[in-house]
Amino acid sequence: MAEPYFPSPPLRSDDDFERDLHTEHQVLNMGPSHPATHGTVKFLIELDGENIVNLDIQVGYLHRGFEKECESGTWYQAIPYTDRLNYNSAVLANLGFCLAVEKLLELETPERCQWLRVLASELSRVGDHLTRCGASCLELAAMTPFLYGIEARELTWDHLEMLCGARVTSNYIRIGGVKHDMPNGFRESCRGYIARTRELLRDFDEVVTSNRIFVDRLKDTGVIDRETCIRYAVTGPILRSTGDPLDLRKAEPYLVYDQIDFDVPVGTVGDNYDRYLVCVEEMHQSLRIIEQCLAKLEKLGPGPVNVLDPRVRWPAKGRVFNRMEELIQHFKSVTEGPRVPAGECYAAVESANGELGFYVVSDGSAVPVKVRCRPPSFINLAPMGGMLKGALLADLIPTFDFINMVGGECDR
Amino acid sequence: MEDHGSVALRRLLAALPAAVQETHARLGDATAVVDRDRIVDVLRLLRDDRECAFAMLTDITAVDYLPRAPRFEVVYHLYSPAKNHRVRIKALVTEADPRIDSAVALYASADWMEREVWDLYGIRFNGHPDMRRILLYEEFEGHPLRKDYPKERRQPLVGPRN
Repeated sequence: MAEPYFPSPPLRSDDDFERDLHTEHQVLNMGPSHPATHGTVKFLIELDGENIVNLDIQVGYLHRGFEKECESGTWYQAIPYTDRLNYNSAVLANLGFCLAVEKLLELETPERCQWLRVLASELSRVGDHLTRCGASCLELAAMTPFLYGIEARELTWDHLEMLCGARVTSNYIRIGGVKHDMPNGFRESCRGYIARTRELLRDFDEVVTSNRIFVDRLKDTGVIDRETCIRYAVTGPILRSTGDPLDLRKAEPYLVYDQIDFDVPVGTVGDNYDRYLVCVEEMHQSLRIIEQCLAKLEKLGPGPVNVLDPRVRWPAKGRVFNRMEELIQHFKSVTEGPRVPAGECYAAVESANGELGFYVVSDGSAVPVKVRCRPPSFINLAPMGGMLKGALLADLIPTFDFINMVGGECDR
Repeated sequence: MEDHGSVALRRLLAALPAAVQETHARLGDATAVVDRDRIVDVLRLLRDDRECAFAMLTDITAVDYLPRAPRFEVVYHLYSPAKNHRVRIKALVTEADPRIDSAVALYASADWMEREVWDLYGIRFNGHPDMRRILLYEEFEGHPLRKDYPKERRQPLVGPRN
């Protein structure tokens, strides 16, 4: 006799209904462009019901050959590419690259330039954390805090625009200096910005920090411990949320961070909620740093913001038009830019996501041999599979949000 | 060879003198060039030694020095959060045999970074559990960060699998 086409299921005993129901594992494809993730990444999620059994993270959708492009242009031409690594904090990427090149050139930038760089970096960091916290709320279906965050970010970007001439791709830090000094009225405007941002952060805090839904989604989700962070070389707010105060601004102070008074907030358990609290407190600390920069810049008074080194700076226009040597030098500077002494070096800054390092190799010519960006987004994303093993599918969203993977930097 | 005042290089030269080919500390970056076949021993020493305590493998990358032989250098950057110091370890890899032992068993962070070096430079890591491409797709032909890969080269169109 032929098998019936629809075999009737075996009868279930009462015990069967008491047991946890395990379904057949199902593979869910999420991304690369998903409305609940701010980052272009694909997750292959193996699910047992609603629980994640296995998570394969596939990055690379925004790969555009950053390092290859840098190796085929001059040293200066690499700076705009670093802008595009992280759309939230372009200045920090500019800074990392320029510090590495300056290390090879053995340049010491003027004091005023260093304070301006710190000022721009911290503005950038505030913008980055605002995006992380605001967009995370949006992806957890809360529109209002996102709008507070975006208002504050717009103000941040307005001030970056006053400083650099562009909201997002600032291209502000140059080899041996910054593009130009603060414009007139910047200081006063920036003080207003600090006050308004503090108000907005307070509003944000009132809506979010003790909000039951928000706390339930974030507390005890995406937990990572300190040892795992170290093994995966995870840095930044994720490491600090586990209680480790590693911050390159304190550990290896670059620029003038050793003269600045600020605290490094740390968490205790390393869950998403701790990461949120660390980021919010870091914004307050950054505003404190910006206040100190403004005061210091006022005290320093006008001064040079670029090194006077003919290898990296153009000669004064008047001399270019009237003297042969300066004309030749100007021509060489424009057509091929600086020739960086042969050698290799690594320089790192504390970006909003962690250690953003640049390993550069020069053979003494005007074109880099190697520009390696050590991307915190990429390295911080690697342990995510382990963080979410056994967790609910819904925990993936806040965990990914607070890792704050930025496609441009992760995929380069 | 000398230690240039770096604890890491001093310990390395004391424990594994035969594995170290060259050291320098130009611009303050302590660097050692080590034998390719001893890389795991070197990394294990640097991780487990109490004075070195390099708990973090911050970065792995490679450099292609095209006409030179051996052609590739695999570059490891280590950082010690406990001692707050860094060291750079390099190993030379030839074009004919572009392989090196994997550090995944020592450092979890090596997993993705070694996959990236394989993807972009075509250097394989012996013993890596999952040696897939990471930034590019499996059908990609060649390894784009090699100096002999032209920037303008086009790749064949890939249709949907199945």
